[in-house]
Amino acid sequence: MSDKPKIDIDYISNLARVALSEEEKAAYSKDLSSILGYVEKLNELDTDGIEPMAHPYPVYNVWREDKVESKMSPEKAMENAPASRQNMVIVPKVVE
Amino acid sequence: MSDTLYYKSASELAALLEKKEISAVELIQSIINRTKAVDERVGAFNSFDEVDAIAQAGASDARRSDGQSLGPLDGIPIGIKDVLAVTGQPLTCSSKMLEKFVSPYDATCIEKLKASGAVLWGRLNMDEFAMGSSTENSATKVCSNPWNLDHVPGGSSGGSAAAVAAGEAIVSLGSDTGGSIRQPASHCGVVGLKPTYGRVSRYGLAAFASSLDQVGPMGRSVTDVAMVLQAISGHDDRDSTSFKSEVADYVKALSDNAGKKWTLGLPKEYFDTASDAASMEPVLKAIEFYKSIGCEVKEVSLPHTEYAVATYYIVATAEASSNLARYDGVRYTHRAENYDDHIDLYFQSRAEGFGSEVKRRIMLGTYVLSSGYYDAYYLKAQKVRTLIRNDFMKAYEEVDALIAPTSPQPAFKKGEKTSDPLSMYLSDIYTISANLAGIPAMSIPCGFSADGLPIGLQILGKPFMEEELLSVGHAFEQAHDFTNQHPKL
Repeated sequence: MSDKPKIDIDYISNLARVALSEEEKAAYSKDLSSILGYVEKLNELDTDGIEPMAHPYPVYNVWREDKVESKMSPEKAMENAPASRQNMVIVPKVVE
Repeated sequence: MSDTLYYKSASELAALLEKKEISAVELIQSIINRTKAVDERVGAFNSFDEVDAIAQAGASDARRSDGQSLGPLDGIPIGIKDVLAVTGQPLTCSSKMLEKFVSPYDATCIEKLKASGAVLWGRLNMDEFAMGSSTENSATKVCSNPWNLDHVPGGSSGGSAAAVAAGEAIVSLGSDTGGSIRQPASHCGVVGLKPTYGRVSRYGLAAFASSLDQVGPMGRSVTDVAMVLQAISGHDDRDSTSFKSEVADYVKALSDNAGKKWTLGLPKEYFDTASDAASMEPVLKAIEFYKSIGCEVKEVSLPHTEYAVATYYIVATAEASSNLARYDGVRYTHRAENYDDHIDLYFQSRAEGFGSEVKRRIMLGTYVLSSGYYDAYYLKAQKVRTLIRNDFMKAYEEVDALIAPTSPQPAFKKGEKTSDPLSMYLSDIYTISANLAGIPAMSIPCGFSADGLPIGLQILGKPFMEEELLSVGHAFEQAHDFTNQHPKL
């Protein structure tokens, strides 16, 4: 970890695809600095040779037969779409 | 009789239903009346569907009169945290993002509850997307602690705890990513169990941090919690992280293990830190109780405890930033009305749909996963996570279970911590290690603070040994009378 994390709030909000107001940017810059300052604590520990743990228990690749099981109809699956027509989600024009 | 049904235990009610002294419809009606009388003040429910609940209860009564009862939970009302999918019911996660979402399918734990005949009752309030420790991050409404309405119920499963404490549900389901079942249980004076990671399927649970999330039961007694755990546990093909191991008979284990002299560990790091002295008193008394019944109590060490909060807020926010990418304004969420183009649709929909704590965590998680920082934060945290888990496994070589406080203080006042996210995060100090290590842990009521707020005792157990954990808690509960103490509302 670097000594003082530098936070480019516009870069992060762009990666996260969240528009932020100026007030939010100021507030999150401050909060993130303070939280990242706190997590620097982990640097006190020597973790060389320690296996990273992604998961509490070893899970090996789980296989199943490739067969259709879901009984959900397209109509049902589309019920929550904010805009739809003929079982398709309507989105703004992507290609001009 | 139906006036007082709402404060009876699930096991007592199961016996009354079985003997046909009461009907399931009568029981749900008592719960509905109680909810209507108190929930305006408590705010435990985001919504409820009275007609649907009465229909479920009616079906339960019909089964019972046909001799087709599905078991002890048949007809028992269970409140559901608004984070689990129930076909045809809203699933809001207390977020504007999912304000209009209606579940097209059942979560596996819900399917199992339906198979047990339980009456699914309402959608319980929570911190938005389960992110928070006070339910103050709910976009739906304020939720209050039934013991003192000026205080928070804890979180994120604040509604699940408050509903059970206030008699608005007999039992409930919550979810626990860093203490979200146990901490509100301790603040509201109820029992809450986070099962071992993998014990209960996560299929149909809106994901927060997938390597930490677990669904679990809450109730007013250990037996009630055991009954619900029994119903929802087990392997599920639709969750590859659910574990293929035997599910014990949890209720039977309570009587089988009665009188057993456990070896219990006191993790010294949980007693060294800045806990409020008065709220430690009941915990210390509970330790004396276990000694008095012949349990061996010894000090153990979990040396990496002080690193747990830092580890957690890296792992949990990283996973959350990735999981919450699905709420994009395109397929099933809130969509902004005004945007420039298809990319801006994401930016604006997410800006409008997410509340401030959710955005904060998405930002933090995005940062720690961003190019150049991954090794320094996420990978480092995953390595420390291994050390935290190893601490527990070493302690369990010597002891059957650990006992500790659940929370460093009783329920705080509303607004007290909202301006300081880090201090809010630090209030989870005793609960998050269990999620990082994947072990089961439970909070049971063990006393009250000077101003009458409940205090919880946390019991942490070995992986997949929930029956032991429950039995240790049951021994304490049997010798005390917290089950029948209720808030004045």
